[in-house]
Order: sequence, then structure tokens, then C-alpha cells
Amino acid sequence: MKPALTARQAGLLSCHVCGQLAQAPLDANQRSRCPRCAAPLHQRKPASINTTWALLVAAALLYLPANLLPIMVTSSPVNHQVDTIMSGVIFLWRDGQWPLALVVFFASVVVPLLKILALVYLTASVQMRSRHRVMQRARLYRVVEFVGRWSMLDIYVITLLVALVQFRGLATVDAGPAAVAFGAVIVLTMFAALTFDPRLIWDPLTDSETADHD
Amino acid sequence: MPADSPNPPAPLVACHECDLLQHDVPIAPGETARCVRCGAELARNPPDSLDRTLAYTLTAAILYVLANAFPLIGLELQGRYAEVTLFAAVRNLWHIGMQPVSALVFVTAQLFPLLEMLMILLVLVPLRLGRRSPRLVAFFRLVLSVRPWGMMEVFLLGMLVSLVKLAHSGSVILGTAFWATAALILILTLAGRAFDRRVLWRMSHPEDA
Repeated sequence: MKPALTARQAGLLSCHVCGQLAQAPLDANQRSRCPRCAAPLHQRKPASINTTWALLVAAALLYLPANLLPIMVTSSPVNHQVDTIMSGVIFLWRDGQWPLALVVFFASVVVPLLKILALVYLTASVQMRSRHRVMQRARLYRVVEFVGRWSMLDIYVITLLVALVQFRGLATVDAGPAAVAFGAVIVLTMFAALTFDPRLIWDPLTDSETADHD
Repeated sequence: MPADSPNPPAPLVACHECDLLQHDVPIAPGETARCVRCGAELARNPPDSLDRTLAYTLTAAILYVLANAFPLIGLELQGRYAEVTLFAAVRNLWHIGMQPVSALVFVTAQLFPLLEMLMILLVLVPLRLGRRSPRLVAFFRLVLSVRPWGMMEVFLLGMLVSLVKLAHSGSVILGTAFWATAALILILTLAGRAFDRRVLWRMSHPEDA
């Protein structure tokens, strides 16, 4: 078997957009653009680890108000109910609508939390230049990238209910402040997944063959 | 080491997920090439890509108009009736002081899916008519940056959850736009599967082919 060779080892840059390979400039600070599609070329996404950390910290902080503050307020002549994300799930469960309760629980509680934890693990392991379970981590990143968007579910539900249920005197639904925090968590974790560079997971493997000074 | 002459025109590709260099092997129609190390998808060769993508995207554009012009859901409660379109729901959120959430819904469920379809048409129609321009390729970068933020399929699930929640409080009527949205997501999925980016890169730079 011939040894694995990465584009970086070969002195090549691969375009993030169209995959075109180009010679890396001799001066590392020089910026170059893809000869085919004109996208800026980088060896790796610039400042990937630091940017991902910053976004993750912000997302983790906002995860608290997103879950502790009310997200939906339902009023009717007999009842005034203030729901957080979790109490909404519990209400659905007690109401016997457990398939729906599970869907909302996974999309709104489990996915954002696991996404933050998974990205923390990935970023930390990359920073420590871990060589363990590389393939599993690569798969984990793919899952994180794929599932994150489904957290938007609750935002859409609130948008529709708040617009539709405005029967004054009978029933009204209003949005609570957690909606803003929750939306921010989703956007921040999506950016965190985008700024993380999965190639960093694999870099320590090939660095062992070349000289590694850190 | 094969690193002695790393000339870019050689038929090599680097995996976009793990950076491994490998040969850009020709793939038969319907086949997918995967990275030998990490298994990421390197390239696909959907048959008849340009024509099919155009057909699906034009269909999607028509469905998009329907999905936005008609009400999504109607609700009848003790003789009173209300219905909403997507844009009315977005505007309502804006007016009750939820501007950031309103903007997020507008962008992910309305604006970016529209932009993606329009930009694909703007790039592929000239290509289909035989016009090749490197500027089109540069323009296409925008499509790829918009793509992760279009979330129509999540919106459809959101509608379903809303329906079940509302079914308790009154009688729910599924609007024209609900069915148009469901069809739109199906067509967009087919369009995504039919589309082969390499058609674009190849056709815009005929000297590479």
C-alpha cells in the first residue's frame, strides 16, 4: 500500500466550493483565489478552532434562557398557561399525544444539547490533536451537520400558532422571550458546524509521517 | 512518494472532508464516488443532470408561488374562522415584537429557498442554451452558501405538529399552500438528487473537459 497523501502535504489547495486543486502560494500569507470559480482558497478554514469555540460558548449560554424562559403563552377564558419548551413537551405527553411529544422533545431539547456537546468534543479533540477514533469522529460530524436544522421545528410551530390562534375572548396564543434565545441557539450552532473544519480531525494522522513540532 | 510532481491538471481530487488526494476516476451514470479513507461523497453522476434539474426546478418554482399565495392552514373555532399564509405569519411575528424570530423564519422558509431556485435557474438556463461564462460559475458560489439555510422540509414538519396541536381546539382545514409545500419539498429533493455540480464546472471551462 502506498502511503496516504493529503492535498496539504502535496502543497495543493482544494477549493471549498468546486473542488478544483490549485498550487498553494509559496508565501503562506498570500491570499489566492480558485482559478475555476474564484472562491477564496484556504488550506483549512481560517481560524476554525477559535471561531467554533466562540460560537459554542455563545450557544451554550443562550441554551439556558431558551429552556428556562417561557416560549409560548396560551390563554382562554378558563385557563392561562405559560409554557417553557420542556413543559410544552410534558403537556403533550400527559395529553396522550406521546408521538408528538417525542418529536418535539428530540427536535427542541435533545438535538441542540447533543449538537453543542458533540461540537465541544470534536473541537477539543482536534485542538489536542487526538488520533483516537478518527472515523467515529468524522461520522459524528456528519450527523451533527445533518440533524441541526431540525431544531427549527418549534420556531415554525410557534410562528403558525401565534398567527392563527387569535380569537379574542375564546383563545389566544402568544410567543414568549425564549423564542428569541432558542432561535439564536439554532443559528449559532449552525454557524459553529459550518466553521468547524472536518479535515482537522484527520490532520494528526498524516502529520505523524512528516515532522510535527508541536 | 507520489508527491514529486503534484501538478494540478493531473486527474486528482482531494476529499473535502479529510483532504486525502485520490484519483478522480470516471463514474458511470447513477454511480457515486466515495472517499477511500473517510467515505465522504466525492462525486455523483446523475443521468441527464442538466435537463432533469431544470425541469424539477421550474416545477418547484411554480409550486413555490402556490405555496406562498394561498393559506397554509385554516382554523374554525365556535363559528369563527381564521387562516394564514406564510408571509402573514411572518409579518404577525414582526408586529408583536419578535423581529429576530420573524426574520429567521422569513429567511429560512421563504427567502433562501426562493433565492436558491432563482439562482439555479439563472445559471442553468444559459448553460442549457449553450452560453458558457466563467462569471456564472462565480455566481454559483452564492447558491452553495445559501443552501444550508433553506429549511422548507423542517417547516413542513412544523405545520404537521401545529395541525395536531390545533386539532384539539377546533376544526382544522388544510389549505392549498399546505399541499403545495408538501409537493414542493418532494420536487426539491428530486432536483437536488438530479443535480451534478460537475456539469457546471465542466461546461463553464470547456478547456478542462
